[in-house]
Amino acid sequence: MQRHTAITPALGAALAALLLLSGCAGTADAAGGETAAPTAAAEAAASITVEEAWVKAADDGMTALFGDLVNEGADVTLVGAATDAAEMAELHETVETDGTMQMRQKEGGFELAAGETFSLEPGANHVMLMGLAGPLQAGDEVTVTLEFGDGSTLDVVAPVKDYAGANEQYDDGHEAH
Amino acid sequence: MAREPGGSGFSRRQLLLGGAAAAGAGAASVLGAQAIGGALAGGANAAASAAAEAAAAAARETAVGEAIVPYHGARQAGIETPPQAYARYIALDLAPEVDAAAIRRMLRVLSDDAARITQGRAPLADTEPELALMPARLTVTFGFGQGLVERAGGTAPTWLRPLPAFGIDRLRPEWNGGDLLLHLGADDPVTVAHAARMLLKDARSFASVRWSQQGFRRAAGAEASGSTMRNLFGQLDGTVNPAPGTADFDELVWHAGDPAWLAGGTSMVLRRIAMDLDGWDRVDRPGREAAVGRKLGSGAPLTGEREHDEPDFEALTPVGFPVIGDFSHLRRSRSEVPGERIFRRGYNYDESPADGGISDAGLLFASYQADVDRQFVPIQRRLDELDLLNEWTTPIGSAVFAIPPGCAEGGYVGETLV
Repeated sequence: MQRHTAITPALGAALAALLLLSGCAGTADAAGGETAAPTAAAEAAASITVEEAWVKAADDGMTALFGDLVNEGADVTLVGAATDAAEMAELHETVETDGTMQMRQKEGGFELAAGETFSLEPGANHVMLMGLAGPLQAGDEVTVTLEFGDGSTLDVVAPVKDYAGANEQYDDGHEAH
Repeated sequence: MAREPGGSGFSRRQLLLGGAAAAGAGAASVLGAQAIGGALAGGANAAASAAAEAAAAAARETAVGEAIVPYHGARQAGIETPPQAYARYIALDLAPEVDAAAIRRMLRVLSDDAARITQGRAPLADTEPELALMPARLTVTFGFGQGLVERAGGTAPTWLRPLPAFGIDRLRPEWNGGDLLLHLGADDPVTVAHAARMLLKDARSFASVRWSQQGFRRAAGAEASGSTMRNLFGQLDGTVNPAPGTADFDELVWHAGDPAWLAGGTSMVLRRIAMDLDGWDRVDRPGREAAVGRKLGSGAPLTGEREHDEPDFEALTPVGFPVIGDFSHLRRSRSEVPGERIFRRGYNYDESPADGGISDAGLLFASYQADVDRQFVPIQRRLDELDLLNEWTTPIGSAVFAIPPGCAEGGYVGETLV
């Protein structure tokens, strides 16, 4: 089956990074690019591809990464994320509390079932980027490193897009994103 | 939006087809009843052929919506593309703070949107992705005004500036100029509306809408492909036009590359030409045909029988006047210089009439040429000096854009400039 991933320069770079990384045990930095022996088959990161990734533009504060995590291997748990673009990245879910949609950290991470696609989307699960290092403007690219339960990692290069939605509240009532 | 593994345009179109097949089966109820009856009686073979028949019918029924024009390529789509039924031209002005780096970011986003939505795939962060699944030959063509090229730090071709003032012009400020042109074309108006919305949302932090013009032709499938458009005066409009794909077309339209960033691109002139339909009503057919120099029915020159017959400007009436008047549009628009030709790809417009009137109609005259000053301007000067059709037509808008070359997958339109 044909999958459309590498359409943008950003996604092209992301894919290149993924291809590089799939052979690297636990390398968090795509630019490191060491091409270790391909023991990748056993790694969680090697079975995941990220499609349609994008980050909502923001001047400061926080924003989020969205996209589709396609798992072509066995069950995998996404346990964390990190990026140079923000002080902190967390896995968040959105739940209805007292009639309003609120975001909160997902305990235990996201379970990515074998053969399934797990969507990160506004109003639902997403990777929250908090304490932005600087403005993220439309057309920029952000690299986010995803970490899986076995310690393997995957770099996602996502273009930044303007987006009016994804304004869910935090539990403490602060408007996010 | 729920996304399934491999949730690509391919599988979505398959889904679309599946849905259409169900609808098609419902619509073709007689056929369906026969097929089902046959399937019950005849077993598996009959069922298979019934399914094939239903799929074929569905394919025919949704052919217009499914059709795709490739986005990536050496040249931008939307010029050689056989004109779609609907067009929208949107000019934007860059915000004051937008510099070359911001222009690059903007073009990457917009080009990626276009690459996806023209192929029947939702752009990233599309809030109405279902509206993106019917490409209907959607094309998105980008054009750069003088302001954008200068802001990007590039060299503008000499012709990238407002056209010289013509005596017949009554230009209105709201239909002129612009830094960035988005030209959308598709055979479905909802597709055009959604694509325009998506692109404008993504352009919003860089630029504001200066003007937006909508045009239409006959619906897809309503007439034989390759037919010359009839404008709202009832004239075949665009009979003499270079044929895309020919060496003649390539030489007339595509830019050879000075400045280099424009190699494989072209120029576009968009003129909004108001047509006085009420005044035209007062002219009888002989007068109308004399004004144009062509027969209204066939589009043939007054000296010929068929649309594409060559006019005979030497032919005289029994009393000694030229059959094709020296004042006619046909005579005046014809140059003796072979290179003074352009490629026209116009659209009709028909908007809400102003107070008391019953029409605000005209032509979105879009022409493409390698060099505006060498090709378009001499023709327009002649028509400005004399053309009986000027009696009923008034240019009220004018804009000139450089159309950059296309891009390959992974690239973006404008990458040769900025």
